[in-house]
Amino acid sequence: MSKEILPQNELIRVGGLTKDFGPFRAVNAVSFGVRKGEILGFLGPNGAGKSTTMKILTGFIPATAGEAWVEGFSVQKDSLETRRRIGYLPESSPAYPEMTVEEFLLFVAECRRINPRKNRQKRVEEILSLCFLQDVRKQTIDTLSKGYKQRVGFAQAVIHDPPVLVLDEPTDGLDPNQKQEVRKIITGMAKEKAIILSTHILEEVEALCSRLIIIDRGKILVDETPAEFRQRHEQHNRFRIGIEGIEISEAAAKLKKQDFAGSVATEGQTLLVKAPGRESIESALLKFCQQEQWSLKSFRKESGRLDEVFRQLTNPQA
Amino acid sequence: MQQVKPLFKREFAGYFRSPVAYVFSVVFLASAAILTFFPGQFFESNEASLRTLFQFFPWIFLLMAPAICMRLWAEEKRSGTWELLFTLPLTTVEAVLGKFLAAWAFFTIAILLTFPMVVTVAYLGTPDWGPIFTGYLGAILMGGSYLAICSLASALTRNQVIAFVLSFLICLVLLFLGIGLVNDLMGTLLPWWLAEGISQFSFLSRYEALMIGLLPVGDILFFILLGLFALATTVLVLER
Ligand SMILES: Nc1ncnc2c1ncn2[C@@H]1O[C@H](COP(=O)(O)OP(=O)(O)OP(=O)(O)O)[C@@H](O)[C@H]1O
Ligand SMILES: [Mg+2]
Repeated sequence: MSKEILPQNELIRVGGLTKDFGPFRAVNAVSFGVRKGEILGFLGPNGAGKSTTMKILTGFIPATAGEAWVEGFSVQKDSLETRRRIGYLPESSPAYPEMTVEEFLLFVAECRRINPRKNRQKRVEEILSLCFLQDVRKQTIDTLSKGYKQRVGFAQAVIHDPPVLVLDEPTDGLDPNQKQEVRKIITGMAKEKAIILSTHILEEVEALCSRLIIIDRGKILVDETPAEFRQRHEQHNRFRIGIEGIEISEAAAKLKKQDFAGSVATEGQTLLVKAPGRESIESALLKFCQQEQWSLKSFRKESGRLDEVFRQLTNPQA
Repeated sequence: MQQVKPLFKREFAGYFRSPVAYVFSVVFLASAAILTFFPGQFFESNEASLRTLFQFFPWIFLLMAPAICMRLWAEEKRSGTWELLFTLPLTTVEAVLGKFLAAWAFFTIAILLTFPMVVTVAYLGTPDWGPIFTGYLGAILMGGSYLAICSLASALTRNQVIAFVLSFLICLVLLFLGIGLVNDLMGTLLPWWLAEGISQFSFLSRYEALMIGLLPVGDILFFILLGLFALATTVLVLER
């Protein structure tokens, strides 16, 4: 058993991970780490290699090159040790259709060595209520709706309270209320765990994740916090000021002379002022408007829309 | 190895959840009975033995084993549940064994359901219990080899129909190797030692001695080793 000491509470470390399917490179030298308490959002267009990376990390398929560690254990060399520490929700949450929800969870709990039987039953009870599955506990999985099936997949992933969670599109197919509930459960568990989740919903990343990675055609494009990501938008930190009682071009000319205004444009009776850097210019701008005694009709800070940044990055021709 | 148990339990219970299990038990029993009483001339033979039943087992198993095993791995692959299975802390050996043992247990139950025939024999005359015992033992062992081969075939594909056909063909070859006609043909085409060697691999000739009340170590080992070989290959296939 080889144990690597990972830096700074890192529960997951992935280094130079590469996966080839024949001549096609699905994952290309992907490296990242996830610390305890972090929720890492995995984003990228369809076919980017998110699920493939997760399958390697959870030990389902071997990597062509590179390594992955979970709590210091190598996924390749100590597969059983790492699998014990991971809770995994595969894409589209596969489950045995002929089993009831309760039977299925008991089965997973037994495979996870939650013993003896009494503890197992208690744990399944807890999980059923945590994931709002009590109503369907006696129903066979093939009769469940998509959202319920998804929750069963989530339930089996967290049943052994693992230090590492790998969730492939955990809120896919859930209604808005349930999405919210699942996000709450994930945030509630986050403090003691390292969590990776993939999603196509950018608001989810903002609401949930402390970091995000964007992967496209197998390569990592971005690895930063959602706030940093937002700043990539060209309209980030831009102010829309509607004014009255003064010629708009005159006001714009005055503003342009100020240091805090990076660029100034007009749109009807509205001034569009963009900061030169990343710091907010809100107070300086307000003060200036007061000095000039402009009567303001509106004053609004714009912030970059995540999905627009995402599109710019992953779809350059658009 | 302790993780074999949950897999065995799940798989075994699965047989009783699906109608397939009942359908095949009934088909098996019906075909066993029909073959024994009509072409086998159970009553006319005027013998208090189950030989007429046993001699049809290798042929009935040819359909029954592929039917029991076709979904074993193919269905896991098709529905994606093997991703779940192989990311649980289990070894591939445990998974293969758990599933195989469940299939074998179900199969053994089906065989033992021919028990009314034993009762009939005991009622009609005073049977020789030796051949009855070895006949059943041999059938269960032979069934194990059949099932192990079918489990291998099922691990090779994600399509149950292909798994069935593949299993059927492999078992058919292993069966035909022991038929006199095929042996004669091989004898004329191949050097005698090769023909002789190949005919050793036949289910039919290996079951012969067990049917008449002997306990030949070689034949018993053959079934066990063939089964283990097929299971080990299944493990290799699943681990890619
Ligand atoms: N077993 C396989 N054989 C060949 N190619 C594969 C295999 N699995 C995945 N791929 C390819 O690898 C690429 C990455 O797939 P992956 O499932 O990781 O994408 P993803 O980022 O999860 O996409 P999505 O958002 O659609 O879930 C795709 O182009 C896919 O076709
Ligand atoms: Mg995916």
